[in-house]
Amino acid sequence: MGQARLRMEGDLVHALQSALDSLEKVDGELVLDFSPVRRIEPPALKVMEELAARAGERHVRLALEEVDVNIYRVLKLSKLASRFTQ
Amino acid sequence: MAAKVSCLSQERAGYLEGLVSQARNAAAVFTQYTQQDVDRIVKPMVLAGLAQAQHLARLAIEETRIGVLEDKIIKNMVATEFVYNYVRDKRTVGAIAEFPERGITEIAEPIGVIFSITPVTNPTSTVLFKCIMAIKTRNAAIFGPHPKAWRCCREAVRIMYDAAIAHGAPEGVFTCLEEPTIEDNVYLMHHKDVRLIDATGGRGAVKAAYSSGKPALGVGPGNTPVYLEKSADVAMAVVDIITSKTFDNGTICASEQTVVIDGEIYDRVLEEFAALGAHVCKDGEADLLARALVDPQTGFAQPMAVGQKATDIARAVGLQVKPDTKLLIAPIAGVGRDYPLSVEKLFPVLAVYRAKSADEALRVCIDVNHAGGLGHTAVVFSRNENVIRKFGEVIDAGRVIVNSPGSIGALGGVYNDMVPTFSFGCGTGGGNSTTDNVNVYHYLNIKRVARRTQAHMWYRVPNQIYFNRNAVENLRQFPSRSTLIVTNPVLEQMGHVDIVRRWMAPQTVARVLAIPDTEPELKVVMQGVETLKLHEADQIVALGGGSVIDAAKIMKMMYESPEADLAELAAPFLDIRKRVVRFPGGKENRVRLIAAPTTSGTGSEVTPFAVLTDKSSGRKITLADYSLSPDVAIVDPQFVMSMPKGLTADTGIDCLTHALEAGVSIYASPYTDSNAMQAIRLVFRYLPVAFEHPDDEEARSMMHNAACIAAMAFSNASVGVNHALAHAFGARFGVAHGRANALMLPHVIAYNASVPTKFMPSPNQRAYVAHKKYALTAELLGLGGESIEEKVANLIAAVEGLLDRLAFPNSIAGLGISRDEFERAMPDLTRNAFDDPSWRSNPRMPLVAELAELFWSAYDGRGKTGIARAS
Repeated sequence: MGQARLRMEGDLVHALQSALDSLEKVDGELVLDFSPVRRIEPPALKVMEELAARAGERHVRLALEEVDVNIYRVLKLSKLASRFTQ
Repeated sequence: MAAKVSCLSQERAGYLEGLVSQARNAAAVFTQYTQQDVDRIVKPMVLAGLAQAQHLARLAIEETRIGVLEDKIIKNMVATEFVYNYVRDKRTVGAIAEFPERGITEIAEPIGVIFSITPVTNPTSTVLFKCIMAIKTRNAAIFGPHPKAWRCCREAVRIMYDAAIAHGAPEGVFTCLEEPTIEDNVYLMHHKDVRLIDATGGRGAVKAAYSSGKPALGVGPGNTPVYLEKSADVAMAVVDIITSKTFDNGTICASEQTVVIDGEIYDRVLEEFAALGAHVCKDGEADLLARALVDPQTGFAQPMAVGQKATDIARAVGLQVKPDTKLLIAPIAGVGRDYPLSVEKLFPVLAVYRAKSADEALRVCIDVNHAGGLGHTAVVFSRNENVIRKFGEVIDAGRVIVNSPGSIGALGGVYNDMVPTFSFGCGTGGGNSTTDNVNVYHYLNIKRVARRTQAHMWYRVPNQIYFNRNAVENLRQFPSRSTLIVTNPVLEQMGHVDIVRRWMAPQTVARVLAIPDTEPELKVVMQGVETLKLHEADQIVALGGGSVIDAAKIMKMMYESPEADLAELAAPFLDIRKRVVRFPGGKENRVRLIAAPTTSGTGSEVTPFAVLTDKSSGRKITLADYSLSPDVAIVDPQFVMSMPKGLTADTGIDCLTHALEAGVSIYASPYTDSNAMQAIRLVFRYLPVAFEHPDDEEARSMMHNAACIAAMAFSNASVGVNHALAHAFGARFGVAHGRANALMLPHVIAYNASVPTKFMPSPNQRAYVAHKKYALTAELLGLGGESIEEKVANLIAAVEGLLDRLAFPNSIAGLGISRDEFERAMPDLTRNAFDDPSWRSNPRMPLVAELAELFWSAYDGRGKTGIARAS
């Protein structure tokens, strides 16, 4: 079981897409470093939903790190927070 | 997933789920937006709505075949321009209001996903209005338009959405159901991610919204009564009513339904209506309208007539009217099912009623109001402010529109300063939770951040206190025409009264009222008041112990405020600032009260308390108010030189108890602490001397000062559980107050110094410090000890040593009270002690069981306390 780590830099949708693409290669846990993320938009939430669904299918654990409190609140309200370990 | 799945196809349910999911994400994302972000979006939306007002009105007319194009344009403009004018400067994000004086901040929390039902009568204007409200409050909205108006609503939503997205709103913030059905509404109303239902529409939609179990703003039909009172400006009233009732062909639910007209002006009013284009129905015509326009089964108006022109309605029912007829007026003789046209008619048909009197007019308006219009809107035309007020009082309407059109008036912002809206809260009368014009604040959860209050503290004592030997000589500086010296017979015999007389100001006529030296009785106090009245006294000198001074305080109050209700003034209270009763403010006879104590304990010369007994009812009345405090205190030790030993000890320990309790009170302050600590120091130093050497003038003088100083402390910090126990025990077994205090004191110190079972719930208690303050007292007294526990133990030992030295009994048992008798008394003792207000300022909130434990500790005696010592 391994762990992969991705820093969510630049455009968040793109960064999340990269995470989605790399999911195939992950065996164990994928950690998304959210420290650069200061704002999140609906398209990013959509990709996160997809990511969570795909990770579930592949039995990959998804973890979020360094999530800003405002972003965390958005994830709670959009019901995504519980799909990632913090 | 919806909680209640209706008969929807899987595809339709998936479509609805998609809308909700989109809206939920948009609402979540929206929480990140600032007020500036939001305001940047709202303005272009409003401009887009204004620009498309005519286009949307046209679409609405084409689709619904209801209303008047020009009026629908105006509605769309009101829904954008007027609403924006109201919301533009409103804070709806983050901290929206600060109340620094109350320590409260209000913070706006968005609701989330709102399912917004819109009506067929005002389709696009309602959408524009609700879109602006949603964006301004950072909410997402799913619109469920009326099935007969969904295309125009979809276009209105699109216009608002495009403008919003172009200026930064989150994707998916608005959506509109395509080809909506009742099943869609049911599904969405029960969806767990829909946080609020805002239903503006017909009875069914509103009822369904309220029945969904979700928070809902349900705004439905009305039945607006209008009172056209005889003083009204008839010309203006008629124009206003026609303007309103024909506006968009009467589709606004706030529009006038039945006009009740005073008989004196009835004919003139109808002539005026006719002159301005209304058709006043003759006999038979009104019945024709009623039969055609009101469903006899339901009693409601026929939907096909909604929003149609008067001429079209007339033609449809076979009524001959002029081609330019604006309004059909149908006289009715009553309200209810027998008078079909007394119901809501969202078309230009108006019922009128001739009232024989003002009372009858109001009664008929109430009837209309109760016939489907509760909580909605009512209108009154009158120049008589009393009539307007009376109408406002008797009619149950969220909006009472005065001297202006009902429909446009109720919308707000045009004819009055009400909040602009397209949703009228109808209060509980209409099954709603609000009577407000629904606005942005109804789209917010408003959170209150309530900071701990810093209770205002005070330090109040008489502004003149004279002390040391011959302080009585200061009496001469108080001029008086007529003085009453209230004292007791013993003091009179001892010559103390003569001393007082000697030092009165020249020309003072002084009379003496000698009262018994026991707790004052109401009868005695009232005799004193009569004496004050008889001699038109302007000054009282109270010379005596606590009983005499207390009696004088109450005499003064009753003399100055004869209407004062003593029983009411004795009502219990938790916080003197919030007490139910107010002591009398207006003073009929101003009288100065000078108190010269002849014992060194109660400190009544400076306290705001007084106790008296009403023997006729067997009640003890305890009064507390700073207005009772004497104006001047004369603390002259010459009056206490001859105090007997027992009284010296009892009153001295009372003084010590006052100081110790004030010191650990939750109301203690640096001001009262300085008094309390100094009084404790003086008692420990001088009370044994005064007890053992009664002629020692310094000891007497210092104890006299100590009593006064301790009283200054407890007048402002209050006492504690020791007094509650002593009051209950003393009253039950006839033991003097000071002695009862002495029996409890060491046990109470130990109790208060240990960790409370229950803390006293008071903002004044910022930390539990009683044990530390006892330790500080021990340090002040030089009692030694290293730890807090040791110091507290040394203080208890010192108190016990003092009590031994003053020859106090060691225990309650030592008074000759049997264990059985005490056991039997225990329920009363604990109940009365718990009822006693004294402990409300104690640092520990006593449990009833703890009060019993304290009593038993006092019963067993000093050194054998069952209460845990300082831990």
